[in-house]
Amino acid sequence: MSDLLDVKKLRVTFPTASGPVDVVKDISFSLGRERLGIVGESGSGKTMTGRSILRLIRPPGKVTAERMDFEGTELLAISEPAMRKVRGARISMVMQDPKFSLNPVMTVGEQIGEALAVHEKLPRRRVKQRVLEMLEAVQIREPERVFGLYPHEVSGGMGQRVMIAMMLIPEPSILIADEPTSALDVSVQGEVLSIMNDLVTRKGMGLIFISHDLHLVSAFCDRILVMYRGEIVEECRADALHAATHPYTRGLLASVPRLGETRAELPVLDRSAWETA
Amino acid sequence: MSAISLTNVSIAYGGNTVVHDASFEVAPGESFALVGESGSGKSTVLRAITGLAPEWTGEIALLGKPRGRTIDRAFAAECQMVFQDPYGSLHPRQTVDATLSEPLAIHGIKGADRRVPEMMAACGLDPKFRFRLPHQLSGGQRQRVAIARALMLEPKVLLLDEPTSALDVSVQAEILNLLKRLRREQGLTYILVTHDLPVVSFLCDRMAVMKAGRIVEIAPVSALADDGLTSDYARELVEKSRSGLA
Ligand SMILES: Nc1ncnc2c1ncn2[C@@H]1O[C@H](COP(=O)(O)OP(=O)(O)OP(=O)(O)O)[C@@H](O)[C@H]1O
Ligand SMILES: Nc1ncnc2c1ncn2[C@@H]1O[C@H](COP(=O)(O)OP(=O)(O)OP(=O)(O)O)[C@@H](O)[C@H]1O
Ligand SMILES: [Mg+2]
Ligand SMILES: [Mg+2]
Repeated sequence: MSDLLDVKKLRVTFPTASGPVDVVKDISFSLGRERLGIVGESGSGKTMTGRSILRLIRPPGKVTAERMDFEGTELLAISEPAMRKVRGARISMVMQDPKFSLNPVMTVGEQIGEALAVHEKLPRRRVKQRVLEMLEAVQIREPERVFGLYPHEVSGGMGQRVMIAMMLIPEPSILIADEPTSALDVSVQGEVLSIMNDLVTRKGMGLIFISHDLHLVSAFCDRILVMYRGEIVEECRADALHAATHPYTRGLLASVPRLGETRAELPVLDRSAWETA
Repeated sequence: MSAISLTNVSIAYGGNTVVHDASFEVAPGESFALVGESGSGKSTVLRAITGLAPEWTGEIALLGKPRGRTIDRAFAAECQMVFQDPYGSLHPRQTVDATLSEPLAIHGIKGADRRVPEMMAACGLDPKFRFRLPHQLSGGQRQRVAIARALMLEPKVLLLDEPTSALDVSVQAEILNLLKRLRREQGLTYILVTHDLPVVSFLCDRMAVMKAGRIVEIAPVSALADDGLTSDYARELVEKSRSGLA
């Protein structure tokens, strides 16, 4: 299986009051036509990793890598106009705060319609019909009404679904989904995941799925990377997550509450267990 | 007297009713969950209680007093809300320090110098974040700032909209333990909106299940474990949550 993306020694650095800080520290990984899960500590660099693939790190942040190869193109070497052609069309990203990534002064329907029009030539009437179909596909009730709403007028989970629908229109080679289903109930989540899944299995899309939901990632993905403080501390097959060995991963697994929870307190991580002073 | 009571509350936006005839009571010191379909009106219920969704009919009371349709200072001291989108609820040009000191300043409370770092520590925020802006924080770090801000005024009632869905499970555990402890020690009352049923079993006593703008069932949280839910939709949620591909 050929890799879609090959990342070697990716580093993201921010200047801070106490000097430059690496928030992503020389991580290497590759992505095939698969579902790759990324889990890990809040603030460990998951979002920054996703954004650097799209070259969306805002200055003064800096990105370097020995290699960031996307189907034969070195992403860090191409011009900004060339990068703009990659972004959205061939690699797209569902942002962690979808409602704030959408255009606030355009209705949801207009935005999806615009994305569609860029992708394929369709008569106006057909565009609206396609948008309504897409809203329905992501389980939005009353698509006619939602078509005319502005981003601040949709619920958290509706915003996530609108963003997912939009990002999938161009059928990208790679989709980076940053906490795409955290605001969805289990029922709707199942439907949305099956749409993404379909693109992986039928169209050979590569999916990077960032999530805090360990059960979900282990059931849905093929492979998992565990990040901690800017590094990948563990990599495993998704169905073997329960057998993970790194103390951070073990600690995470222990902190997950259970249905019918009876513990008075949830175990928290004792980071001193593996961090040296 | 209930901490919060809703009686036949319907809520609309621009004349379009999205929540129909909701009624429930939350006792002082109780922790009550609102779960259910995405888009079913959970956040809207919280917004109506705080005064951010003013188009409602029916009765809402907080700590025995009928609610008006606005936000006032006395209300803010008793009831605080943690919003679902921390990015949107934090001021983009305000540092963490300013965000956490502001409520104290507004209410003329002294001691911000001491209380800001204390609250940051309680919410698992490293002191190095104190003078950062929201865009210089990760999603989960922003969420913890929003939780810390809500706790600054030591309110009696907290409305929490998906407070831990952006957090990794170990930080989530720290926040859930903190919420549980505050409730034990200070008798706080919670309404918690979440999609995570295990979180409900850990933190809550009772729950309301919503679908398409209506409460379809109110049940004790023990029903999650002993198969005690009766409505089809609530049973479906538990079933799917249990089957792993949740
Ligand atoms: N502009 C900035 N200046 C300094 N540090 C920053 C800046 N932006 C982000 N960071 C830091 O970079 C680290 C990595 O952030 P990132 O958003 O990738 O975390 P994450 O793994 O996605 O976390 P979460 O799960 O909470 O979303 C964080 O600790 C954050 O505080
Ligand atoms: N400002 C607004 N103007 C018009 N409609 C709105 C507005 N805010 C919310 N709505 C609508 O009200 C309904 C309920 O939204 P709400 O945010 O309460 O759902 P929710 O249950 O919190 O969903 P989620 O779990 O996805 O966050 C949705 O159909 C939404 O489009
Ligand atoms: Mg993130
Ligand atoms: Mg909501």
